[in-house]
Amino acid sequence: MIQILVGFGPMMLKALGQTLLLALLGLFFACIIGLIFGLMNVVKNKACNIIATIFVDVIRGVPMIVLAYFIFFGIPYLWNNMLGIGGMTLTALTAGTICLALNCGAYMAEIIRAGIQSVDKGQMEAARSLGLSYGVAMRKVVLPQAIRTMIPSIINQFIITLKDTSILSVIGFPELVNTTKNVVGITFKSFQAWALAGLMYLVVIIALSRLAKMLERRLNRGRE
Amino acid sequence: MSILEINHIEKSFGQAHILRDISFEMEQGQTVAIIGSSGSGKTTLLRCINFLETPDSGTIRVNGDVILDAAVDKNLTDKEKRDRRLHFGMVFQSFNLFPQYTALENVTLARKLMAREREDYKANKKAINQEIDAIGEELLRQIGLYERKDYYPHQLSGGQQQRVAIARALALEPDILCFDEPTSALDPELTGEVLKVIRSLADKNMTMIIVTHEMAFARDVADKVIFMDEGVIVEMGDSNEVINNPKQERTKQFLSRYTNEGM
Repeated sequence: MIQILVGFGPMMLKALGQTLLLALLGLFFACIIGLIFGLMNVVKNKACNIIATIFVDVIRGVPMIVLAYFIFFGIPYLWNNMLGIGGMTLTALTAGTICLALNCGAYMAEIIRAGIQSVDKGQMEAARSLGLSYGVAMRKVVLPQAIRTMIPSIINQFIITLKDTSILSVIGFPELVNTTKNVVGITFKSFQAWALAGLMYLVVIIALSRLAKMLERRLNRGRE
Repeated sequence: MSILEINHIEKSFGQAHILRDISFEMEQGQTVAIIGSSGSGKTTLLRCINFLETPDSGTIRVNGDVILDAAVDKNLTDKEKRDRRLHFGMVFQSFNLFPQYTALENVTLARKLMAREREDYKANKKAINQEIDAIGEELLRQIGLYERKDYYPHQLSGGQQQRVAIARALALEPDILCFDEPTSALDPELTGEVLKVIRSLADKNMTMIIVTHEMAFARDVADKVIFMDEGVIVEMGDSNEVINNPKQERTKQFLSRYTNEGM
C-alpha cells in the first residue's frame, strides 16, 4: 500500500483531478441542457414538449457506454468516412464532456420539469394577474420556488455524474479508473491500487454531499 | 356609462358547457357579489374577466372600450393580454402570495418590475424604487399590516395573508378588483378581518366583483347580487331584493340553506 501511495499516489491524484475536471465540465453543460429541455417540457407549446420528451427518452434509453462509443468513434466516422467531409477528430475530453452533458442533462431536464410542476399553479396565475409576462413570472416567482425543491435531486445527480466519469475510461480519457488500471498493469497490486482509487472517490463524494446538506439547510433557513 | 359591460360570454371545457350567455354590467364604484353553488360557473366567469381563461364567445368592455371580443381576439399576444389584464386586480381563494418575498415585496414586486420598462429607470432607479416602496407601505398601513411588512407569508395568519394579497392587487391601481371566494380558505374566526378590509374598500367606492358564500356580507356590502346556477344567471338585482325576497324558485332553494345559519 505504502509503495503504491508513494510511487503512484501523485499520478493517481492527477487522474482524480482529470476526473473532477471532466465532471465539472459535464455538469456545467448538463445544467444548461437540463434547463433548456426542462423548460421546453413545461411551456404551453406542443412542438417544444415533444422535442423535449424525445430527447429525454432517447438519452435515458441508451446506456452511457454506448453513448460514449457512439460520440467518440461513431460521430467522427460518420463525418469523415460516410459523409466524406473529413478532418474531424474529437479528443477524449471533448467527447467525454459531450457524453456526460447529454446524459446528465436529460436527467436534469426531468428534475427541473418535476420541480417546476411541483410549484402550485396559483403562483403562476397570481403573477400573471399582476401583469407579469410568462418569462418574468417564471424567473421571479416560479423558478426560485422550484429550485428549492430541486436541490436535493440535483446534488444527487451531480454525485451520480461524478461516478459516471469512470465509464469514460473506455474511450481512453486519463481519469482515475483508467490510470488505476495502468498502475495495476505495472505493479500487479490490484488490491492496493483499487482500494486507493475507491477511497479517492469516496472522499470527494462524501465532501460533496456534506456541502450539499449545508447548502440545503442554508436555503431553507427561515422558511417553513 | 358602465365601467364594466359583459356581453354574451360563453365558455366550454371539452364537453362541459360552463358559462351560457352571461351578460351583466356594473357602474363605477359599485360592488357586485356573485353567489351560487359550487360548479355553477361563478369562478370561471371571474377567470374569464381576468384573462386567466379565454371565453369562446362574447365581449368584455371596460369604460366603453372593447377589451375582449372572443370572435376576433382568439390569438391575442402575450403583451396585449397583459396590458388589458391590468384593468383588473385579482384576489384568489388560496391567497397565492409569493412565499420567497416579504409582505412588502409581494405588494411592490409587480410595480418594480414594470418600472424597469420606463425609459428613465436607469437614471432614477433609486428614487423610483423608494417611491414604490412608499406606495406599498401606505397600502399595508391601510390594511393594518404595516408593522408586518418584513414578514414572510408563512409567518402570517391566513387572514393576514389574504389582506396582503388584497394590498398586492390594489398596488397596480386596477379599475375593478375581483375576489374569488376570498374567505373560503380561512378559519371562521379569520374571515372577519378580511371582510372588514373589503367593506372599507366598498366604503371608498372601489369597484369590486366578489364571488362569495358569505350571504350576509353580500347583502350588506354589495349593491348588486348575481345568482348563478349551471352556467346561467338565474337572478340579478339589488342585493337586498335578491337575498331577502328572491323571485326565482331556484334562488329561494339555494338561499334557504343559509337562512338557518343566523344570517
